[in-house]
Amino acid sequence: MSARTNRAGRRPWGSYVLYGVAGLAFVYLFVPLFRIVQLSFNVQKGKKNTSWNGFTLDNWANAFKSSNYIDALKESLKVALWACSLATVIGALVAIAITRYKLKGGTFINLMLVIPLTTPEIVMGASLFTLFFNEGVSRGFWTIVIAHTMFCVSFVALTVKARIRGLDWSLEDAASDLGAGPLRTFRKITLPIITPGIAAAFLLSIALSIDDYIITSFVAGGVKTLPRQIFDGEKIELPAQVHVIASMIMFVAIAIILVSSIAGNRRKAHLG
Amino acid sequence: MSAKADTGADRSLREGRKIPYVLAIPAMAFMFVFFIIPLISLLKSSLSTKPDRFKPHYAFTWEWSNYSDAFTRFGGHLLRSFAFAGAATLLCIVVAYPVAYFIAFKMGRWRNVLLGLVMVPFFTSFLLRTLAWQSLLADHGPVLGFVRSVHLGGTLEWLGVLDNGRLLNTPLAVIGGLTYNFLPFMLLPIYVSLEKIDRGLIDAAADLYSPFSATFRKVIMPLSLPGVFAGTLLTFIPATGDFINAQFLGGTNEQRVIGKAVQSQFLNLNDYPSAAGMSFVLMAIITTLVLVYTKFMGTEDLA
Repeated sequence: MSARTNRAGRRPWGSYVLYGVAGLAFVYLFVPLFRIVQLSFNVQKGKKNTSWNGFTLDNWANAFKSSNYIDALKESLKVALWACSLATVIGALVAIAITRYKLKGGTFINLMLVIPLTTPEIVMGASLFTLFFNEGVSRGFWTIVIAHTMFCVSFVALTVKARIRGLDWSLEDAASDLGAGPLRTFRKITLPIITPGIAAAFLLSIALSIDDYIITSFVAGGVKTLPRQIFDGEKIELPAQVHVIASMIMFVAIAIILVSSIAGNRRKAHLG
Repeated sequence: MSAKADTGADRSLREGRKIPYVLAIPAMAFMFVFFIIPLISLLKSSLSTKPDRFKPHYAFTWEWSNYSDAFTRFGGHLLRSFAFAGAATLLCIVVAYPVAYFIAFKMGRWRNVLLGLVMVPFFTSFLLRTLAWQSLLADHGPVLGFVRSVHLGGTLEWLGVLDNGRLLNTPLAVIGGLTYNFLPFMLLPIYVSLEKIDRGLIDAAADLYSPFSATFRKVIMPLSLPGVFAGTLLTFIPATGDFINAQFLGGTNEQRVIGKAVQSQFLNLNDYPSAAGMSFVLMAIITTLVLVYTKFMGTEDLA
């Protein structure tokens, strides 16, 4: 790491402006999240938990009482587990293929992975819809899994690719020079160095899958995932329970992020 | 986009030429069957006619009118979507660049923590975040309450931020929502390109008595353009197809965006050929804009 040097010519007032803008941006990013947490402690009046009436802990005490929203959450988790596991396996494999080896069709493979990212969701949803309609496939749980796997593969492959691009693959050669067989080399060398990238990709794809509404609405048939339940149901009822669960997920995410990045800092400090 | 030669690459080539292709096949096959083939099937249905308007079934007849209809019947929707997405993309650059710069250059070892915090909204439902904005901006919500208590209403009305005392159901609310939801997609690529800049270059410029403004203009900004480029694509493209923000934060006028029109033609009206035509028109306009933009910004590394 480069030493922290003092850069000449930096005007202090410019720095203050920068600090101010960055601070405001973080406020902007977190305002609706605070609102969600606030509403999770709200005394709900009527069917919709949208305006502040007073503080209560009841919502948190009854976070998982059965409702349409809990059923939808379970459905979303089931979809995410299937789709993201599948996407992580095939996405990581293709990422290793194009990063680790000089491939002839590398540019083409890259293009196939990038194009879905530059296609509006509405077009992907519509095209899958016509495919399933033409082939007479009835839409439901498995068509959602297929759609989610499809859009997660690109994200997984590109995340893993970015993480493993700078890795030192000669370690593998060193292992085999020292007599390790291919399987052992993979288990002892390759797997440990690619695991963090793959874990990050898996988490990212879970977040994407659980959150998807537009594509899902085209391929879901009668199955309600959480975003579909929110979109279709929020006009009629939006219980505080939804805000409680969202807050829980948010707190867990913040905890994971803080712990992992601070641990990362420690590791770096150790390595000097 | 070309992969740099890895240390062990040549050796691996000798060891086995087939392995990498075997690794790539599952993903490529999956993308072919569930991304490319559906697009072909959408293309086919966009050139079809629907003989019976009460039945969803259609027949392939080289019917080009679905494309012209997309412009004549939904021209306003298209224009509105592109205007919202364009404004949101510009705002995203304006907000994300200084923040990315701040994290990359000023935060030292706290960079990862702050970068993680930028990702936190990702872990909260997109729809719930947008509904939270809806409740914040509502007529009796906290934001307008604050504006009223500090008597800023008149000024904000004059600036065009408020529309007859309202924030919700205005174009600005939709643009603000889009900016909010796509901000991380702009921030992360800009951060990555800023972080990659060799600090030695900046120090060198300072050693040669370059004022900061010149260093920024001649060193930092050009080197960060690939990030701005990638961020623009990741923001603008999904934003044009999005209708959640328009639906939740816009009024009846703002809700008429192309994404919503495509969805309701498909799912409510069962008019697949015309919806497919609209989808392809949307894709064609986006592809054209991206190509023009790439020509001007000229960068080869998107991923």
